[in-house]
Amino acid sequence: MKHLLGLNPLSAADITALLDRAETYVGVGVGDVPKRDDLKGKLIVTLFFEPSTRTKISFQLAARRLGGDVQDFSPGGSSTSKGETFIDTVRNIEAMGIDAVIVRHTSSGAPEMLTRHLQKHVSVINAGDGSHEHPTQGLLDILTIRQRKGTIAGLTVALVGDILHSRVARSNIHGLTKLGAKVIVCGPPTLVPPEVRQFGVEVADDLDDILPRCDVVNLLRVQFERQRSAFFPSVGEYAHLFGMNGGRMKRAKSDVLILAPGPINRGVEITPDVADGPNSAILAQVENGLAVRMAVLATTAGGGRG
Amino acid sequence: MPTLLLRNGRVIDPSQNLDRVTDLWIADDKIGGLGSPPKPPDEVLDCTGMIVSPGLIDMHVHLREPGREEDETIETGTRAAIAGGVTSVACMPNTEPPLDTRDAAEFVILQAKRAGNCNVFPIGAVTKAREGKELAEIGKLVDGGAVAFTDDGSPVFNAEIMRRALEYTKMFDKAILVHAEILELTQGGVMSEGEVSLRLGLRGMPAVAEDIMIARDIMLAELTGGKVHILHVSTAGGVDLLRQGIAKGIRCSGEACPHHFILTDKELERFDSNYKMSPPLRTQQDVDAILTGLEDGTLSVLATDHAPHAPEKKAKEFDQTPNGIIGLETFLPLCTTFLVETGVLTWPQMIEKMTINPAKVLGIERGTLQVGKKADVTVIDPNVEWVIDVNAFETKSRNSPFHGWKVKSRAMATIVRGAVKMSRLK
Repeated sequence: MKHLLGLNPLSAADITALLDRAETYVGVGVGDVPKRDDLKGKLIVTLFFEPSTRTKISFQLAARRLGGDVQDFSPGGSSTSKGETFIDTVRNIEAMGIDAVIVRHTSSGAPEMLTRHLQKHVSVINAGDGSHEHPTQGLLDILTIRQRKGTIAGLTVALVGDILHSRVARSNIHGLTKLGAKVIVCGPPTLVPPEVRQFGVEVADDLDDILPRCDVVNLLRVQFERQRSAFFPSVGEYAHLFGMNGGRMKRAKSDVLILAPGPINRGVEITPDVADGPNSAILAQVENGLAVRMAVLATTAGGGRG
Repeated sequence: MPTLLLRNGRVIDPSQNLDRVTDLWIADDKIGGLGSPPKPPDEVLDCTGMIVSPGLIDMHVHLREPGREEDETIETGTRAAIAGGVTSVACMPNTEPPLDTRDAAEFVILQAKRAGNCNVFPIGAVTKAREGKELAEIGKLVDGGAVAFTDDGSPVFNAEIMRRALEYTKMFDKAILVHAEILELTQGGVMSEGEVSLRLGLRGMPAVAEDIMIARDIMLAELTGGKVHILHVSTAGGVDLLRQGIAKGIRCSGEACPHHFILTDKELERFDSNYKMSPPLRTQQDVDAILTGLEDGTLSVLATDHAPHAPEKKAKEFDQTPNGIIGLETFLPLCTTFLVETGVLTWPQMIEKMTINPAKVLGIERGTLQVGKKADVTVIDPNVEWVIDVNAFETKSRNSPFHGWKVKSRAMATIVRGAVKMSRLK
């Protein structure tokens, strides 16, 4: 695998191989567990055109724990603010001799565009592009589910909230359906377009109605920054209809797994008692994020099997 | 008075129901007639095996001058036209500044004269600065040579302004050309709304955003008795509305662009900005409806929406690139390959939509081979197969999704007012 642009282009076998590899990396480089050298001598660049703290740090730590050199080129006061184009910026960075670029961009398709402009040996890893895909987030969510539930096939997983704008939702839908899970997308019809059925998912607009059937509930973040007009009347009404709270938890299976890609809006899509409760795997997601990103970097920039 | 003889071609002129193999002669800048000229011709073009057509008209072209000469100039755009067999273009007013005054229209005509390639008919803006607020000086624009009016690139979003424009232009018997788009429904959109846009995470523009405004403007044409022409129809709903309007006797017409009857939104899968235009590529169902509309005559005009953009503008991130593709040099072969070769239209039917029909919409005395009319003629090889190479094009820009496509037919000679402006004949 040269690039990771999304989970949609991958096969079930590709995804399973990445998850299996990630399992072996959980805990690597932490405490007494030594780092690895899969990326020894490789220069890995993070290039984030959209603000992000945790995903960038997670990728940087992942590369270092595999022995890679890491350099951040995220523009702040750099050349793109002087009018340089995206492609020129990246080609300039490429000329410094990089092996992989981890890119986050507000424009859907920006990582794929890079693969057409960079030299053949440079790996492009999508760290989130517009509303398109966020494949490592999808993988870490799926890994967390697999660890807790033992399998993916046959599970019923609800994705709740803004499907229209969420790249996390898309990567989860593609990954989970390929591995045989039943996916329910649940949210107001303004944020759940009917065409989503063509991805092989069930559409629902009543969270209370579907909750008893769910093995996993993944609460997507309400993306206030992406709202262009009134998709719902108020945050309070959203929380009333789609927020996960202690009362709703009573309707769910006792072993329901609660995920949230974060950063979470406490009191909006999830209340603190649920976020910090026994069914929540929110912090496990963060740990698995590192392992998944190590697996992705080793498989792409590391050039093959570990 | 020099004479030119086009020998032994299949002369197709839908304006006179003409389709037979014969000679056609030109005297000075006018059509002399069929058969042999009264005295031996000064020049002979052997058109054996060729189609001799009235000069093709492309009534939907963005020449970009003044203001965006990095994309195209009137000189390069008209050079592209004659390379593609087009003898007349009507150019859109969304220049910088817009063509909203008489002197702006006259500037375009002057630059076209200096270039000396093909005929250029300026289209004036409906409203001052294309802002949709006040009518432009339409009467003065007509005196300056404007043949129709549009705010293309944008709709005339205010229905009251559109109504008054349709009433006002009746004085001059000029059409309003409609870019149909309800902006509130397309805000931020970069492709057609549907399963593909959802999967790609690109903001969609629903087909109804086009349909609603087509319906509005056909109804306003009915109310006012004005004349509307719907530009670049891309939806099945739009074709239906137009069909109903025509059946009711409302003064409305519509055009189709090659990309809208050849490509679908599935082409966007790789985020290639050469497939980004407005209105956007739709679904196969829409493509089929446009083909039916061309076949049954609902869509009477073929045009390109030639929209050059300098390479650096199209090389940005997909959602930051401008809309549109070039079309003048692929117009004839794409229409031939996807309309005539597929049996949707006959040669005379296709030529009608590229000659006399757009001439009627614009009210210009072109698109015919009648004796005494201006001698604009296109000689077409209907059988030649070739591969489109944008790098060999005359236009200044390269933004075409059809690069590398194998197509059939090509303009072999372009004659404008009796002068051979382009010839690939041996």
